[in-house]
Amino acid sequence: MTDKITQTDHDPFILGGHTFTSRFILGSGKYSLDLIRAAVEQADAQIITLALRRANEGGPANILDYIPGHVTLLPNTSGARNADEAVRIARLARAAGCGDFVKIEVIRDAKYLLPDNTETVKATEILAKEGFVVMPYMYPDLNAARDLANAGAACIMPLAAPIGTNKGLCTKDFIQILIDEIDLPIIVDAGIGRPSQACEAMEMGAAAIMANTAIATAGDVPAMAHAFRLAIESGRQAYLAGLGRTLDKQASASSPLTGFLHD
Amino acid sequence: MSNNKNETNVFNKSILNTQVRQDLEMERTDHMAYLPDMEVLDSGIDRQVLSMMESYDPASYTADDVKAALNHDMRGPEDFAALLSPAAQPLLEEIARTAQSETRKHFGNSVQMFTPIYIANYCENYCIYCGFNCKNKIRRAMLDPEQIEKEMKSIAATGLQEILILTGESRSHSTVPYIGEACQIARNYFKVIGLEIYPLNSDEYAFLHGCGADYITVFQETYDSGKYETLHLSGHKRCFPYRLNTQERALMGGMRGVGFGALLGLADFRRDAYAAGCHAWLLQRKYPHAEIAFSCPRLRPIINNDRINPMDVHETQLLQVVCAYRLLMPWAGITVSTRECARVRDNLVSIAATKISAGVSTGIGSHSDEIKEKGDGQFEISDGRSVDEVFHDLLARDLQPVMSDYIYV
Repeated sequence: MTDKITQTDHDPFILGGHTFTSRFILGSGKYSLDLIRAAVEQADAQIITLALRRANEGGPANILDYIPGHVTLLPNTSGARNADEAVRIARLARAAGCGDFVKIEVIRDAKYLLPDNTETVKATEILAKEGFVVMPYMYPDLNAARDLANAGAACIMPLAAPIGTNKGLCTKDFIQILIDEIDLPIIVDAGIGRPSQACEAMEMGAAAIMANTAIATAGDVPAMAHAFRLAIESGRQAYLAGLGRTLDKQASASSPLTGFLHD
Repeated sequence: MSNNKNETNVFNKSILNTQVRQDLEMERTDHMAYLPDMEVLDSGIDRQVLSMMESYDPASYTADDVKAALNHDMRGPEDFAALLSPAAQPLLEEIARTAQSETRKHFGNSVQMFTPIYIANYCENYCIYCGFNCKNKIRRAMLDPEQIEKEMKSIAATGLQEILILTGESRSHSTVPYIGEACQIARNYFKVIGLEIYPLNSDEYAFLHGCGADYITVFQETYDSGKYETLHLSGHKRCFPYRLNTQERALMGGMRGVGFGALLGLADFRRDAYAAGCHAWLLQRKYPHAEIAFSCPRLRPIINNDRINPMDVHETQLLQVVCAYRLLMPWAGITVSTRECARVRDNLVSIAATKISAGVSTGIGSHSDEIKEKGDGQFEISDGRSVDEVFHDLLARDLQPVMSDYIYV
């Protein structure tokens, strides 16, 4: 037991050549800016996403003024409807001093906010060549994930459910396929509504969790950030510990059906 | 077509004064006929909207229909119809709570702030309820580019990053190149530029998009063709189908977002709100990338007719309409204008609206003291709070003011 705990203590999360200890990527949208610092602290988050479109440098309600300096910024390209727009927003983010990390969001569906995998692959290819640490948000499709990996993505960010729905792991089986088949960190993004769902995704072998709405719409934002942190850590530890055997409908028989065989 | 010249075709009698009564007796053109140079679309959405409105009978819905609509995860026109019906009114508290929950899910506590800038008030239309109408004797003005810049500079100094440029509906005064120049000036001061101008063809929208504008709002006023005909006596705006297809032409021209609205109080507000919602809903299906927004203006008094009122659309009915829009399209933006007072606006953004104007004046040249020749406003505003006041009032309600929510790329 002690060995296993030691294992999680030395379980760095490596992303695009950068090392993190936290596996919780926190969103900064949909809640009051003056709660961001407390949420970051309670989440123990080292990466926080921000929509570049919300930046208002030098003006009031500028989100950049509220993010603690030690946290890695992960600007996203929300608002982009195609690869070209995503690339331009990513470049603007870098020019604005937001660093090299970028989360690609290409969405041309206002109702469900589902990502466009094809355009996301195109943007990933361009930005990876420009030295960005590209983190693409995508619909969990194995072929698209392979294309993203080949295009130079630093990780794959499949959605668990449509953004903001808090519906949990609706795409669980397909995320598991990505975890099993793609040699990049799989970060479950969008749709996670409860700490228990974050924990389950981590138990499956997800490398990290990105969550926003579940925390932003909670009664107590910092407290929910803390709850997610505990769940993510717990799920990771369970994954590293190796989940125990689960019984299916036909539990192991004490007298095997094949017990009569003598050869 | 037949023109109904008597007054019975006007629902809202408060609009009528001596001049209007006389003018209603004049011969009028066919309001369904396109004028030369108007782009004709045959997408069918206009017909679908009118057909849906035609078959909408608000009185046929029951409380059970309303409850069923509230229980649905995704709602369609049939749910929307129930939510707008008289049967929904006793359930308004429950409706408002569900609407608030949907708003929080999609927008969190964010509320976008913006202000309108009226750069001209010349108008060639005779809309009998509007302060800008060509027959109304008001001070007309049109800002030149230098004055536009002064106004925008003053507005930008308040911290706002989003601006809505408005003109009266006069192609000959406020030409498309003139509006384009205003957009280009605005690009130097603001991140988000919207337009509320006369309807254009798709290539003109493409031009203005290239100048920096990326969303447009056009109110249909009323979707009831007969009432529309009686309310818009002359000018380009008289052409009902051209106005009805405006949002689609704007999307074809590359605009990111389009706004819809019926002027509540002109005619049967339930049927008008239903048509506006169906219009947006149908266009969203055809253009899934489009960012949809609703405005919920109620009729207001104007200069030279202070009797105009929104008839049977009281605050209760306004809230019902706002919530119904929210529940039909939870992802859509909803704007509340300064036609409403601070109390109503602050409560609406706490429940379902997502965008609020501040520091508003509907007059021409009213943001800068340096501009001496000012033009009169379109209507009387009810909320004169400054940007700073609205900002802090939102914070006090645990709402997060958002100055910028888009990057023009």
